[in-house]
Amino acid sequence: MASSGDIREKLRKKRRALKETLKNRDEDDVQALVPSTKMSKGKLQTTIKEPETSEEDPGETLKRTFRTQRERKKRLLEQSSYQQHEEGGLEEISSVQHRSEDEESADQAGEKSAVLSRPPTGSLKGRSSKILHSPGSQHLDDLVTRRLQEKLNAARSKGESLQEQEAPLEPPSRLQGLRDRDTVTRFDREFDLDRARRHDDPLTLGPRIKFREAEKRTEKDLPTSEEAFNFFTFNFEPEPQDGAQKLGRKRHKQKKTVEVDQGEEGEEEGEEEAEDKEVVGEGEDNQDENENQDEEAPLVQDEGEDLFVIEQSSHDFLEMKKAEYVGYRQLVQRESELLFTPSFRTVPTSIKLPENMKPRYLEDEGLYVGERPPVSLTNENILENRILKMEEGKKWFGDDGRIMALPDPIKESSTRPPLFNMEDDLDPALQTVYRKAIKSKYANLYIAGAADPEGDYQLDVDVSGLIFSHHPLFSREHVLGARLAQLYDQYLTRQRNNLTGHLTDKLHGLRSALRNMLNIHGGQSLSQAMQRRISEYSLEVRNTRQLRDSEQEKDRTLLKNIVKMWKDMKALRDFQKYTNTPYKLYLRRENVDRATDEREYEEEILAEIVEWEAESEEDYQRKLAEYKEQLEEWKLWRRKQKAKKKKRKKKKKGQSQDDTEEEDEDREASESEGPVEEGPSKPEPPEKPELDSIEQQVREKASRIRRKPGESVLIPELSASGNITATELCPRAETARREDVTRHSLFTKILYNDKEVSRTDSRSLNTDFRVHFGQIFNLKIVNCPQSINLQVFEEIGSSCSLLAQVFIPVPEPSVLAGNAPVEEFEFSSNQRVMFDHEGVGSDVPLSFEADGSDRQTLLTSGKLSCCVSWGVGDDDVPLAPHVLQQGKHSGLARFDPVTYIGASGLYDMKKIGEWATQSRLDPNDPKNAAIMQLLKVASSGEVTAPEYFRLEQLQEEFNFVTDEELERSKRFRLLRLRNQEVAEFRNYKCVPALEREVTDKVFQDYEKRLKEGEIIDTNEHLDSHRALVAKYLQKIRESVIHRFILAKHHYLLSDLVIEEEIPSIGGAGPGILGLNLFKLAEPKRPLKPQRKERKKVTAQNLSDGDIKLLINILRAYDVPVRRPQINILGQTSQGAIQGSDWLCNQVQVRPFVEVSFQRTVLQTTTADGPNPCWNEELQLPFSAPNGDYSAASLQSVKDEVFINIFDEMVYETGVNDKDKGKSIHSRVEKHWLGSVKIPFSTIYSQSRIDGTFKVNTPAVLLGYSKERSHGPTSGYDILRGLSDGAFITLFITIEPQLVPGETIREKFDSQEDERLLQASEKFEREAAQGYPDRPCITTIIDLNGKTVFITRYIRPLNPPQELLDEFPNNPQEATALVARFVSLIPSLPDRVSFSGVCDLWSTCDQFLTLLAGDEEEHAVLLCNYFLSMGKKAWLIIGTAIPEGPTAYVLTYEQSRYLIWNPSSGQFYGQYDTFCPLQTVGCLVNADNVWFNIQEYTSPMTMSFDIAKAQLWKPFFSRSFSHPGLSSVQPEELVYRRTVRAAAVELQDRIEKILKERIMEWRPRHPTRWNRYCTTTLKQFLPKLELRGGRDVAEGHRHELQSLLGDNKITGFPLNLPFSEIRPIVEAVYSTGVHNVHASNVEFALAVYVHPYPNNVLSVWVYLASMMRT
Amino acid sequence: PLVSIAANLKPENSYTFSQYRARVFIYSEVKSRYVLFVCVFQFPEYDNLYCKYCFVYGHDWAPTSGLEEGITQITCKGSQSSNKLIWNFPLETTFKSTNPSGWPQLVVSVYGPDVFGNDVVRGYGATHIPFTPGQHSKTIPMFVPEPTWRLQKFTSWLLGRRPEYTDPKAVAQGEGREVTRVRSQGFVNVSFHIMTKDMKKLGYDTGPSSPANTQSVTSGWSTEDQ
Repeated sequence: MASSGDIREKLRKKRRALKETLKNRDEDDVQALVPSTKMSKGKLQTTIKEPETSEEDPGETLKRTFRTQRERKKRLLEQSSYQQHEEGGLEEISSVQHRSEDEESADQAGEKSAVLSRPPTGSLKGRSSKILHSPGSQHLDDLVTRRLQEKLNAARSKGESLQEQEAPLEPPSRLQGLRDRDTVTRFDREFDLDRARRHDDPLTLGPRIKFREAEKRTEKDLPTSEEAFNFFTFNFEPEPQDGAQKLGRKRHKQKKTVEVDQGEEGEEEGEEEAEDKEVVGEGEDNQDENENQDEEAPLVQDEGEDLFVIEQSSHDFLEMKKAEYVGYRQLVQRESELLFTPSFRTVPTSIKLPENMKPRYLEDEGLYVGERPPVSLTNENILENRILKMEEGKKWFGDDGRIMALPDPIKESSTRPPLFNMEDDLDPALQTVYRKAIKSKYANLYIAGAADPEGDYQLDVDVSGLIFSHHPLFSREHVLGARLAQLYDQYLTRQRNNLTGHLTDKLHGLRSALRNMLNIHGGQSLSQAMQRRISEYSLEVRNTRQLRDSEQEKDRTLLKNIVKMWKDMKALRDFQKYTNTPYKLYLRRENVDRATDEREYEEEILAEIVEWEAESEEDYQRKLAEYKEQLEEWKLWRRKQKAKKKKRKKKKKGQSQDDTEEEDEDREASESEGPVEEGPSKPEPPEKPELDSIEQQVREKASRIRRKPGESVLIPELSASGNITATELCPRAETARREDVTRHSLFTKILYNDKEVSRTDSRSLNTDFRVHFGQIFNLKIVNCPQSINLQVFEEIGSSCSLLAQVFIPVPEPSVLAGNAPVEEFEFSSNQRVMFDHEGVGSDVPLSFEADGSDRQTLLTSGKLSCCVSWGVGDDDVPLAPHVLQQGKHSGLARFDPVTYIGASGLYDMKKIGEWATQSRLDPNDPKNAAIMQLLKVASSGEVTAPEYFRLEQLQEEFNFVTDEELERSKRFRLLRLRNQEVAEFRNYKCVPALEREVTDKVFQDYEKRLKEGEIIDTNEHLDSHRALVAKYLQKIRESVIHRFILAKHHYLLSDLVIEEEIPSIGGAGPGILGLNLFKLAEPKRPLKPQRKERKKVTAQNLSDGDIKLLINILRAYDVPVRRPQINILGQTSQGAIQGSDWLCNQVQVRPFVEVSFQRTVLQTTTADGPNPCWNEELQLPFSAPNGDYSAASLQSVKDEVFINIFDEMVYETGVNDKDKGKSIHSRVEKHWLGSVKIPFSTIYSQSRIDGTFKVNTPAVLLGYSKERSHGPTSGYDILRGLSDGAFITLFITIEPQLVPGETIREKFDSQEDERLLQASEKFEREAAQGYPDRPCITTIIDLNGKTVFITRYIRPLNPPQELLDEFPNNPQEATALVARFVSLIPSLPDRVSFSGVCDLWSTCDQFLTLLAGDEEEHAVLLCNYFLSMGKKAWLIIGTAIPEGPTAYVLTYEQSRYLIWNPSSGQFYGQYDTFCPLQTVGCLVNADNVWFNIQEYTSPMTMSFDIAKAQLWKPFFSRSFSHPGLSSVQPEELVYRRTVRAAAVELQDRIEKILKERIMEWRPRHPTRWNRYCTTTLKQFLPKLELRGGRDVAEGHRHELQSLLGDNKITGFPLNLPFSEIRPIVEAVYSTGVHNVHASNVEFALAVYVHPYPNNVLSVWVYLASMMRT
Repeated sequence: PLVSIAANLKPENSYTFSQYRARVFIYSEVKSRYVLFVCVFQFPEYDNLYCKYCFVYGHDWAPTSGLEEGITQITCKGSQSSNKLIWNFPLETTFKSTNPSGWPQLVVSVYGPDVFGNDVVRGYGATHIPFTPGQHSKTIPMFVPEPTWRLQKFTSWLLGRRPEYTDPKAVAQGEGREVTRVRSQGFVNVSFHIMTKDMKKLGYDTGPSSPANTQSVTSGWSTEDQ
């Protein structure tokens, strides 16, 4: 086919000729020119297409492609071969055949184009084919039809026979034609086609076949326009049948391969389509497809189109046409080309970030990242996907791979203060004021020239260019070159300034002046002024010389450096064998006259030497003078020393000498004794200067810094005239670098007030790294210039990056265009750039040494030369603002440093300082604080950043006094202690305002208490051991309090808000319906009224007097009755006492109840008989310690309520004489019968106490007997008898009802198995749910604050052996004794000791050491004793009165259950009515815990048979067996024997104290002690102890009676466990024995302390009053 | 009304000071405050409200005269001022103190009948008494505790047993408030007339209130009176 090339040559020539003739057509061509690049591309592609066009099947296509490629190569080499002549022969023939026709057509085309030159020739692509509807199109149609006709005729006549063979050949030829079209316009299309047909004759054959067919059908003489179109389009179609099939296939392909370059193709097709549209007016789809057509298969596409057209054009087939249907899939695919549906899947972070970058999370790095506004994830994903599709999509993503977003601007709360919409009381300041809008053109002008409305100012920015002093693309040579250039510049500057010359001249001048001066006055004595002047001159000479020397040295080093640099550069050039830079350094030698030079040199040196000598001489003289002075001093001192020594010697010799003066001196000497030792050392004489060395030094220096004499002067000259090695000759890396350089181009943006206003053209980077812009921008400005900023951008390919910014100062108004010099502004960038070619990069270490040492890091830098000036108007009026013309005095400059010194000057401290002083900044204005600070730092020298980091840098400012002062001040101390809630100061009112008003007294108690921490107060405790224990307890308590302090501040809603409970319908509680219904049914005054629940009050808001203790005393049983008073000695039998005569006359007893609490005493009325009924309510005020009514404080109130039963006795004291027997005086005495004491803490925690209590009656009650009115006296039951005694029914509560302290809502850590803990939690929870009123305890807290399983506490423990020995044969007695022992250990409720409701269980050894504990400890100890004694024993967890939740001990002996009260040592049978135990919750022994699931809880009504599973629910069962918990108790208890002597001592002390107290309580009456009685009583007490306080009354009374004869005696022994002295005193006081005010009363007091093992003491106090009858 | 009341206060005021001179206080600081209530309670649906007030103060404060607690009259909406309930209730109290810590706060709780005639609380609020002498106007935002859950809300509305603070003084302190939920309801305006004495002597310079402030307050009132 190469032959076709020849033909084309010919054709081209021909066409050229044609073109020349048809100029106007050419014009059209030019107008419709598509961009030349596209054109050339198109050419290339058409050549490729050649063979493909004829394709019938892909295989052949491939072959042909190869062939054509080969051919193309050949053609490229311009080798015309004749090998394929045979192939091309046909074409040649056909083209020749056509030629004649062509000539015709050419004429016609000319004619046509003449017509057609008119239509506009814009971008006439396919789509804009509507243009054809313009008037000219009609002509076109006509023309086309005419021509077609002709063609048809020609075609018919010729080549009919050829059609079959040539069909396959036609397409390549046709495309050759296409390729040949250099200039394609739509209007010369015909011509082109003709041309194509000219040499592609076969091309027309195919269509001709078709056309013939069509012709047959139509049988018309003239083809219509449709036919014409068909003709044109159809000629691309070799085989329509095949084409139809292929179409589908091809289309498929087309869709996949998106049309890249549809320019020229589309153009051609567009033309076709244009006509298509015109003619057919439909088939849009096809057109679209045509547009998207792939170049690879244009033919097929054409085929398809033609096919359509044919079918449409032939009317017969119109109805045959298939319905236009595009498959869904196709549709989707087609749409997918046009539409982009962003996926809503999460985009992987790696895509969003630049490559090889890991996401960086600022938040993790500790930086503040604001909260993003909420966007749903899907939306965010869609957005990300969409953005990623976009160009430069990645720039929208931050370092963390998320879309960059500003923090959420929406605030939770409004920042605006609420405006209360009250119509007219809106603050007038907040009233909205309407103001007319102001034209804003100059409104925001800072330029103050308001009177200057035409303030059009113009700023001319001239950006002339930039030079890089370093650029990443610099080669090593460039770097050196740049340095060289720099050094040379420096050299030039120095040269220009010629400092050395100046200084040398000055020096000469000075010297000559000095010489003159000396010469004039030569030898004569000089005046003072002269001398001074000379010295000044010489000093000046000296300074100047030094300056000159340094300058000379600098010059010299500079020169040396230049030479060295040049050498380096040369070496580098040699090494790399090519040259990059045009630099060349010439060193011009300037020869000098050697002789003169040497002379000058010598002269200079001599002069210098002379000066130097003079100076050193002077120096020496001065030093010498100094030395002499010092020497004098020293000598003086020496002399003195010697004299002193002498004197001392003298003194020793003649002491009698009395010389005051000497003494004085002596004193002086002694005073100066100290410094004498280190007195002035002997000064050293200064060295004489060596004149020889001076000369040497001077010469050395001269040779270093000065040119050698006679040496020619070297003048470097740098020129850029060198040759640069051509790129071809450079190695690859260098070539790459140079290529890279050419790719770079730069432009500059001009930013005015941070807004881009203009930018320069982009200029490519030259090899010398200079860029010339040379553009001037005229900026018309409206706003005051604040900053002018030039940004240098580097453009590589299409991407551009900011290289550097240069801030340019706003010019002075006087700087006008024309007279402003171009300035150079240095810039630099710290971008890190690295290359793999010769470019050295930026911010990359670089070394010129072979060994890689001396590394340097160069940053991209350069100079931008530009000039900013104010423009000049047409009439030479400067377009600069007036304000600026006013200069520094303008308000603008004063207030804005940026405008004043320019943004770049802001870093210049001096400038800022200058500005600050000029603008007279107010240093106190907080706005200026930063600047003032900065200036201060700057003016103080170097900026010293603090070397430490402070967290609370403002702390000091907030300290209102120093710490020491805080410590010292008593007032502050008081305030702090109060704040710390120290008990003494917790509620301290009115801390004095002044320091002096705080007395030390305030702290006395507190300090005393602190001191007590160390000192054991034996007075209070009477026993050192107990004191120790008390301290220990105190410490535990403190630690526990500390532990619970947090929990105390936890509030519940119920603490703060009162809210009615949800009423439930029916049921228990305040049901709305149930309540109301019940209320209706309720009797107004029920017979047995129930106590109603009251509202609870939190204790914190109370104050003194708010709380009252309500005690309702109902009745008492079995109160002891009096014995007949007038006793006859003989009457002993009980029967006699109960004689009928006595019964009738005497009242048995007249008891009343007296309640004392906190020393308030109230009493009821007196009732009669042993079973009195009072039913009275007593109200006692309560005051909390320190006025603190917090729950914690109330819990630790140790006060007890004493309820004493007294017998009121009325004595008739006889008749008053004066009234003659008319009036009878009676004396009322009250006799204590018994008491009940209830601690306040119990009342507080229980909130109400309701029940019948056993009254503690003394073992012996003189004068009374225990009346047994109920039941048989001889018990069916011995134990029944034991529980006999007086009982009293009480109801106690606090008004208002206080909320008891909260249990600690805190979980304690534990060493127990987690599973066990969970099980116990579950067990307790279930118990609480099923039976809320039954206490259930499985885990408890030990003293260390750890949770322990309860069974670990139960373990058989040995009781003291002495107790067992006491009754070896009587186990019952021994049991009772053990119980008594346990009960004698003082009881101290935990909530009192730990001020919080938390039961801490101590183990038995801890309990015995502390000798204080709760009921639980007592119960555990007792239980353990019983177990060791071989009894079956359990711990009962239940509730009792008055204790509330408590622990008792259950034993099983003799087939009976006994319930032991461990605190009192008493036991009750199961069916005892007066058993204080009310509820049994659970039983505990060492193996298990059983929870009571029976119907009743009272011991009387329940079974204790734990084997019954339906009655007792065991904790450890088969499903959860006992894990073998070891006991926390010790294996054995070790008891200390109590020393009897100590007990005796204690006994004496208690007696003494009690006696004192009783006398104190009777301040108005003498207290007489009956010694005899006391001793008698004392003898009784041990006996009482021995019997355990039981049934010794009878014998004792008789004994007493016999002893005391006719004395009327009342009294009783009290028995108490010993803990402290205070309870004993309280108990004695509460009996009121001291209240007998009869004049003849005598008292007897006996105290007995019985020691039990381990310091357990039983205290007996026998108190009696006697009256002689 | 304001002027007349201020006039009323004057003799009272001097009396207090003369008393102060007569007695020897160990505390050298005396404060007198005269508080005038003008409650504007903004609730269109509420009427017939009354107000309880009390003062909460620290340990170092002691009232020397006046009532610490009190209750205002029941007031109804006026015909002119549509939504305002005006009490115009003067109360005066004098405190002395040695320490600014625990500066007194005025606690106000407003009550009124609900639909069924039950007396329910309509709001709690507290404000510190202004520090500076002079005339002050304060607007106290009011709030009530919310029932814990919806059913309770209904029943409390039905029964007129709305949740209340166990102690209104709780609103003057922060402790424990975190367990409550409240709803804000209306505002109470209080006008204070404060006098202090010997504050400077103790080193506390509260200074006079700026004249501009006073000005604006009075002008505000004057517009209101119209």
